[in-house]
Amino acid sequence: MENVYLAIPLASLAGAIVAGFFSAAIGRKGAHTVTILGVGTSFVLSLYVLYQQVFAGVESYNATVYTWMVADGLRFEVGFLIDHLTVMMMAVVTGVSLAVHVYTIGYMADDAHNWPKDSLAGTNSYQRFFSYISLFTFSMLMLVMSNNFMQLFFGWEAVGLVSYLLIGFWSVRPTAIYANLKAFLVNRVGDFGFILGIAGVVMYSGSLDYMDVFAKAEHMSAQSISLFGGSEWNVMTLICILLFIGAMGKSAQVPLHVWLPDSMEGPTPISALIHAATMVTAGIFMVTRMSPLFELSDTALSFVLVIGAITAFAMGLIGIVQNDIKRVVAYSTLSQLGYMTVALGASAYSAAVYHLMTHAFFKALLFLAAGSVIIAMHHEQDMRKMGGLKKYMPITYWTSLVGSLALIGFPGTSGFFSKDSIIEAVHHSEIAGHQFAYLAVLSGVFITALYSFRMFFMVFHGKERMDRHTREHLHETPWVVTGPLIALAIPSVLIGGFTIGPMLFGDYFGSSVYIAEHHEGLAKVGEHFHGAWAFVQHGFGGPALYLAALGVFAAWFIYIRNPGIAENMKQRFELLYRMLVNKYGFDQFNDWAFGGGSRGVGGALWRFGDVAFIDGLIVNGSARLVGWFSSVARHVQTGLLYHYAFAMIIGVLMLMTLFVIL
Amino acid sequence: MISLSAYLSVGAVLFAISVGGIFLNRKNVVVLLMCIELMLLSANINFVAFSHYMNDISGQVFVFFILTVAAAEAAIGLAILVTLFRNRRTIDVDQLDSMKG
Repeated sequence: MENVYLAIPLASLAGAIVAGFFSAAIGRKGAHTVTILGVGTSFVLSLYVLYQQVFAGVESYNATVYTWMVADGLRFEVGFLIDHLTVMMMAVVTGVSLAVHVYTIGYMADDAHNWPKDSLAGTNSYQRFFSYISLFTFSMLMLVMSNNFMQLFFGWEAVGLVSYLLIGFWSVRPTAIYANLKAFLVNRVGDFGFILGIAGVVMYSGSLDYMDVFAKAEHMSAQSISLFGGSEWNVMTLICILLFIGAMGKSAQVPLHVWLPDSMEGPTPISALIHAATMVTAGIFMVTRMSPLFELSDTALSFVLVIGAITAFAMGLIGIVQNDIKRVVAYSTLSQLGYMTVALGASAYSAAVYHLMTHAFFKALLFLAAGSVIIAMHHEQDMRKMGGLKKYMPITYWTSLVGSLALIGFPGTSGFFSKDSIIEAVHHSEIAGHQFAYLAVLSGVFITALYSFRMFFMVFHGKERMDRHTREHLHETPWVVTGPLIALAIPSVLIGGFTIGPMLFGDYFGSSVYIAEHHEGLAKVGEHFHGAWAFVQHGFGGPALYLAALGVFAAWFIYIRNPGIAENMKQRFELLYRMLVNKYGFDQFNDWAFGGGSRGVGGALWRFGDVAFIDGLIVNGSARLVGWFSSVARHVQTGLLYHYAFAMIIGVLMLMTLFVIL
Repeated sequence: MISLSAYLSVGAVLFAISVGGIFLNRKNVVVLLMCIELMLLSANINFVAFSHYMNDISGQVFVFFILTVAAAEAAIGLAILVTLFRNRRTIDVDQLDSMKG
């Protein structure tokens, strides 16, 4: 089996290398053929491994494939840990990736017009794009298949790199460059915490291997560390919070979320693949993988819970006031990532991963549908210039409807199962802050429904607000675009009901996820679980469903029935509206405090350190000193022979005197 | 028998005269050259005197070397003097200060 495990990431890597380095030789057709072949191989093998593990009962696999180096007893290895959690992630990553690869053929078909005529980067942009997304698949697979922190960090950084490359893919646009730099810098903040967390793990356990670390977790949590010269911290709390800061960067939690909306500058396929379905869930996956550590620290779990709740609630609100179709979906992603994080904080790891999986499908679907609309609208992304697209794009319309319903948790769709189980798990959780989190996720349901269907109605219903030229050219997108939409719509509806039993309340995850006894909120939900159908019926008894219905109704009433209300509300709640449009001022604050602050520090260092001290004092100063000294000393040189002779004689006399005295 | 100190005194006097000549002479480079010759000769007297009194012939051998060097030095010095005069139309020591800093 080891060869199969190795082949899964390497097939994608091979596709990336061929498409990247031989782009001129293989051409556009060759590039998408080879990468789809590579990712397709990964997908088929992942499904095979999934089948082997889940149905054929093969034991989970944990072994080192290659030892990179051994330094002072610390082993740096490449190894795979293949268990039920991993195979699920592998199947989701490669599956969504494959759909996005196919979709990209359609989306990037006329990419040439995004580049200036004589630009060199434009000549092979198509091949480069395929190379990048295959490289992303490889990196993400390495991340989820890892059995040690070193490889996890490699995958973590590699997906960050690909994300950077793809956000700035249209490098001729200043906004894209700004956005990818922002993403990279914000992720550095998170990664700094992450690597400190890994350093803490190494310091207190002496190993990078997951199993070794987990085995020593109890021992680690019994120790404490003194920070900032006084305050005592439990080692496990500190490590978990630091690791979670890494997850906050990658999974875009408040306040490190600011990069994700801007990442929409990249082409839509990567918004779907990287910034919605897979990469941003790396943090959720990581925390789930580290559940044996997080379970030992209630403080860290509370922190996770509160951050997730803030993200879920606050970011959904911003989604209501956005007008860019992709940004609405982006804020929705932020909000949903908040839900997953809340689930992590409530120790409902399986619910988080379950929501991750269902979300991957319906969010990729929504993004690709948004991309389909954007293609049809000739790359217009402003929803105020859309409307009434239903009759022009039936396939996109219906698949979007499916995606939106799954997102708001329509009973029976996969989103319903995952979101309801998170809400229920939080309801039953007893960790500090759970009341706040419960309120946040519950009101989040209303907000989700409101912004989802606001977008849906603005795009597909109502008056046709586009100009005449665009309207004449409106038509459904080609099959490479609609095919993946349909392929993703099916699991968006069905996968939840089929998998909720074993994944949430069965023993699917087995030993991959560890939950401490006093944290078993989800298990209490499970006591009332009698099959998917019963869960749907039970959903009618809770408030979430009615809130969602209310949200849809509100969206319909405000944006279709009586469009004047939106304007009226905007004026009445001017302050709130301005706050939301400014995204709570995070960007302004970052620009002012961190951007302006570092520019100020840089300027001061330049003026005082560089100009004044180094240039002024050390370099020019020493030259001036020598100059001054010589200007004084030159007066000794008269040029007259007898003065020199006199000096010589005086010198001889002095030497002789010395000689005589000594 | 003339004592060693008498020879040394003569040498010292000659040396002092030559040093004085170098300092006090402000006019003529030729005088400077002569003073240097005189300085070398005063050293020669010392060599010969010591050689005689210590019965060591190497002192007198050294005198020949010094005489050779002195002759060469005089030849070169005068040659420089001639070119100097051609270039500057003067051999006045007070005016030869192009090395002034």
